[in-house]
Amino acid sequence: MQGEEIIRLEGLTKWYEDDGPTVLDHINLSIRRNEFLTLLGPSGCGKTTTLRLIAGFETPSEGRILFDGQDISHTPPYQRRINTVFQKHALFPHMNVFENVAFGLTVKKMPKDEIEERVAKMLALVNLEGYGKRSVDSLSGGQQQRIAIARALVNEPEVLLLDEPLSALDLKLRRDMQVELKRIQQRVGSTFIYVTHDQEEALTMSDSIVVMNEGRIQQAGRPEDIYNEPKNPFVADFIGESNILPGRMIRDGLVRFADHEFSCVDKGLGVDIAVDVVVRPEDVAIVGAEQGMIRGTVESVTFMGVHYEMRIVGEDGFRWLAQSTAMTPEGTTVGMDIGPNEIHVMKKEEG
Amino acid sequence: MGRRFLAYPYHLWTALFTVIPLALIVYFAFTDRYTAAFTLDNLRQAAQPVYLGVLWHSVWLAGVSTFLCLLAGYPMAMILAKSGVRYRRMLAMLIVVPMWMNFLLRTYAWMTLLEKNGAVNALLAFLGLPPIHILYTDYAVLLGMVYNFLPFMILPIYSVLMKMDKSLLEAAEDLGADAWTSFRRVTFPLSLPGVYAGTIMVFMPAVTTFVISRLLGGGQYMLAGNVIEQQFLAIGNWNFGSALSVLMMVLILLSMVGLSRYDKDGSGGYFL
Repeated sequence: MQGEEIIRLEGLTKWYEDDGPTVLDHINLSIRRNEFLTLLGPSGCGKTTTLRLIAGFETPSEGRILFDGQDISHTPPYQRRINTVFQKHALFPHMNVFENVAFGLTVKKMPKDEIEERVAKMLALVNLEGYGKRSVDSLSGGQQQRIAIARALVNEPEVLLLDEPLSALDLKLRRDMQVELKRIQQRVGSTFIYVTHDQEEALTMSDSIVVMNEGRIQQAGRPEDIYNEPKNPFVADFIGESNILPGRMIRDGLVRFADHEFSCVDKGLGVDIAVDVVVRPEDVAIVGAEQGMIRGTVESVTFMGVHYEMRIVGEDGFRWLAQSTAMTPEGTTVGMDIGPNEIHVMKKEEG
Repeated sequence: MGRRFLAYPYHLWTALFTVIPLALIVYFAFTDRYTAAFTLDNLRQAAQPVYLGVLWHSVWLAGVSTFLCLLAGYPMAMILAKSGVRYRRMLAMLIVVPMWMNFLLRTYAWMTLLEKNGAVNALLAFLGLPPIHILYTDYAVLLGMVYNFLPFMILPIYSVLMKMDKSLLEAAEDLGADAWTSFRRVTFPLSLPGVYAGTIMVFMPAVTTFVISRLLGGGQYMLAGNVIEQQFLAIGNWNFGSALSVLMMVLILLSMVGLSRYDKDGSGGYFL
């Protein structure tokens, strides 16, 4: 199944004008066959540029793209075994659903009965059997998105690129489509490269996530690793909510922040150096005022369904974000405990 | 309610300058020159082979010049739509600036250029090529039509191409279409409304022109526009002139209906 490498980005760099800003800065990435990989980051981080380079709509300023070991950096898009699902669907308005899905196959001059068979199969895969004769304008946003996916997948690409395909859909439809996309990916077994700025979407669907910011890869790994072991404050902040505090590493296994010394599991960062400490809100345990490692006053409480989310002002003035299934009224003084495994220490970012 | 009075000036305008003149032309076409009684004689006269021949010749020349405008204008519109902002502005100026000059002047200029000893033949002689004698022929008239009406073909096509979603072309390319295939299957079909609009904007003035044919075709050269002009100004037979005009309007109307059949989605500019 997932295994050997299919795409490799080597020192991929892109700028649009000679003296313009560098949009993508020496990206190195290996993408394995049949994996669902997500490029995640805020807008302008270079994720869409990376996708467009892989698709062939842009050529790299520096570096290269290897596909099955061959350099395809300058191969035109129509010769790549890659297809794209565009953000705004980009369905052909002058063609009906069938003609849209069949486009790639008719370009390849495939026999008519085979085209019909494959299109019908694709429409079934995206749950739109019998929609062939409909005009694309008559479809809802979600249906148009499915047609766009079918139109790309009918060509049996080895790699499918998806550029924020669900961003135009409402929340419920987006959730359904996430499940659906994952199902489709497992059915067809192609490599999916998915671009999004929605961290939840990335965490639900991906086999691996590449977090990007300012044209660089911040961290790449499995969703669990990225969530549990963010490498730097940017990733910690972007993936889920976090408390990020300035601190000092006293020695291996001991870190000081919020006017308290905590034992932790991080080692090898050095002795007596400035660090950033990340604590996830769900890892802050609320205890009695006198029992906690640190103390604070509950400033606000928001009911979130399963849990309550609280803002707690610590004695040093830091405003903690904490989650608990128990309700604590505003104004209460509480204690907070943080276990060694829950403390993520990272080197201070330079600059 | 309320705002409707804002449309009154337009109603008045339309009544004064469109409905009433049209009604007058129809009135003259169906009445006798001297008795003002209802008659079909004018139309009968207009349907004589000699006039039908002139009419057909006008339609044919206008059709050919429209086609030539399309051939020359479409690539130009594409270049315009694809170029960068500054270059595009310059190109657009080059297309539009000649239209700032007087139409008669421009056409006169072609007369001197195409003369037996004019600039064109001088250049050909300089290059060691035989001279051409196209002034006062169909070719000169065609040239004048294409030259004068080309911008009306370029601009509507250009505006449709500009509005086209560029991601559609990327999608076509992504799905395996090379440049030619994506033009044939995506760009061109989607630009048809512009092509229809341009076709009508060129065909209409070309089929009714009498200035281009008079100057570049010579005094004896007759297109429908010349015949009608002659009836009104030289002979003074308004009734026959009107009958010819009505016949021509019907012809144009029919050709537009024919054209709109191909304009499936109805977004074409045949109302222009």
